[in-house]
Amino acid sequence: MSVPAETVLPAGQSLGFRLRRRLLYLVQHHWRGLVLVIPFGWLLIFFLAPFFIVLKISVAEAIIASPPFTPMIDWVSDGIMHVRIVIDNYAYLWEDDLYVNTYLNSIKISTISTILCLLLGYPIAYAIVRSSHTTKHILLMLIILPFWTSFLLRVYAWMGILADQGLINDFIRWLGYEPIRLLYTQTAVYIGIVYTYVPFMILPLYANMEKLDWELLEAAADLGARPMTTFFTITLPMTLPGIIAGSLLVFIPATGEYVIPDLLGGGNVLMIGRVLYNEFNANVDWPVASAVAIALLLVLVLPMMLYQHIQGKQVEGK
Amino acid sequence: MNGKRPVFLWSVLIFGIAFLYVPMLLLVIYSFNSSRIVPIWGGFSTKWYGELFDSPEIWEAVSLSLKIATVNACFATILGTLAGLALVRFGRFKGRTLFSGMISAPLVMPEVITGLSLLLLFITMQEFIGWPDQRGFTTITIAHITFSMAYVAVIIQSRLSGMAQDLEEAAQDLGAKPFRVLTDITLPLLAPGMLAGWLLSFTLSLDDLIIASFVTGPGAVTLPILIYSRVKLGLRPDINALATIIILVVAIGVIVAGYIMLRQQKQREREQSMTANES
Repeated sequence: MSVPAETVLPAGQSLGFRLRRRLLYLVQHHWRGLVLVIPFGWLLIFFLAPFFIVLKISVAEAIIASPPFTPMIDWVSDGIMHVRIVIDNYAYLWEDDLYVNTYLNSIKISTISTILCLLLGYPIAYAIVRSSHTTKHILLMLIILPFWTSFLLRVYAWMGILADQGLINDFIRWLGYEPIRLLYTQTAVYIGIVYTYVPFMILPLYANMEKLDWELLEAAADLGARPMTTFFTITLPMTLPGIIAGSLLVFIPATGEYVIPDLLGGGNVLMIGRVLYNEFNANVDWPVASAVAIALLLVLVLPMMLYQHIQGKQVEGK
Repeated sequence: MNGKRPVFLWSVLIFGIAFLYVPMLLLVIYSFNSSRIVPIWGGFSTKWYGELFDSPEIWEAVSLSLKIATVNACFATILGTLAGLALVRFGRFKGRTLFSGMISAPLVMPEVITGLSLLLLFITMQEFIGWPDQRGFTTITIAHITFSMAYVAVIIQSRLSGMAQDLEEAAQDLGAKPFRVLTDITLPLLAPGMLAGWLLSFTLSLDDLIIASFVTGPGAVTLPILIYSRVKLGLRPDINALATIIILVVAIGVIVAGYIMLRQQKQREREQSMTANES
């Protein structure tokens, strides 16, 4: 606004004042549009557009330059354009055992971790639902509290416990056995993932179980069903939505996990998130890193869509 | 069921709580260890706290992280609230599926992908429009807003769909224009949800390592980036001291907030039972 405020204006109305009035009018009469356009525009620029850039770079070739990849479109001479798309990066991922194994290993680790989280989280959620009103509040707070503390520091805590001179090995030595290697193994990664993600399993399960009709269980018991039969024919099917939501909330982020395999797995555990990070930062191979990202997205797109479907139904179905 | 306490359930519950808290407790205990080698106890000492407070690096990182978290929380709350309003109260509009997909995708997107894609966007933008001219505070904040607003939108959406619309309808019947209904009725009713969203965005930003390390530039070191660069090489007693302080701050905050919420809820219940008795 380089125009000075006191220039030619009718009857004591400054430009600033008129601008403010126009703005107010705009907000009051077109606010519905603004409410929609501002967050929508933000997401289009900072969420959707970046994916197309990743997709574009994943079909370029790595070169030593800045930026370190070939342009997609070359303007050869007046108006003649040369489109360069290479799928070598994807072929490279597919042919190199390292990448294929890393993908399979990531999926294996996150699947087993999800099952472990479920085995641990299900009874916990069940116990919370069945406890009295005040206990329930306290227990829920205890489950949520770790969310608010630093994730990085909670993973770091396990480095001290699992180290060769850490608490667990001290205990083993005290019992009179040989210490075992825990830190920088696959086991450490499982412990780390279950530890960090088990609240993500407990909370959806709890939310689902709380809405259950417990009288059905009593009716089944009254009619003579054994506890096991009741569990498998009534409780488990009714809590299935919670199981699916919780499992997806563990599985999806665990597959792309970087910090846990890096701090607890050392160089021994290959996971895709780590390979992507290293490919980008250490090897400066942006096209391959982009192709790894797209391939990871392809693995996760179905679980992600399933989760969105459930989440959407939950938010709107109320 | 009634009165009977299944032993199995309770032992798993106790194991689970212990599993969540023992590692944090150990972090705290070892922060008072005078030995430089973290897991070996060498006597009680508070020297690591002294070392922590004397380190200017830590303070710079803390202040940068707090600045980013604050700006992020304010923008994310505004954008997330707008998005939640649009999704719940605007009915069907063109592009709604795309919009709701985009707003909930950051919740489940692996951080390495979000980080990589945003960095490539910033680099491309710099090449074409010359902005952002350097990476650091601005780029980290933009990245954090993008994923934090998704969390705020989810909170606002569930609040709005759980909220009875009779107050808004009454205001409309009394002749209030839709914009006044929004500013005088809907937004004040949403305030607790917006506060929760603000706090969540603030914490998410303070906690983020991966996205920040992708989109940061030279010189901009956030607290998680600093912690990570130190613990990557092994255990460090000063990091234990830092963890203790963070745990303490969070625990006090959550306990106070939980206590206030519980009291408010009890008061509401009392008021409800009183009005029920009167009628």
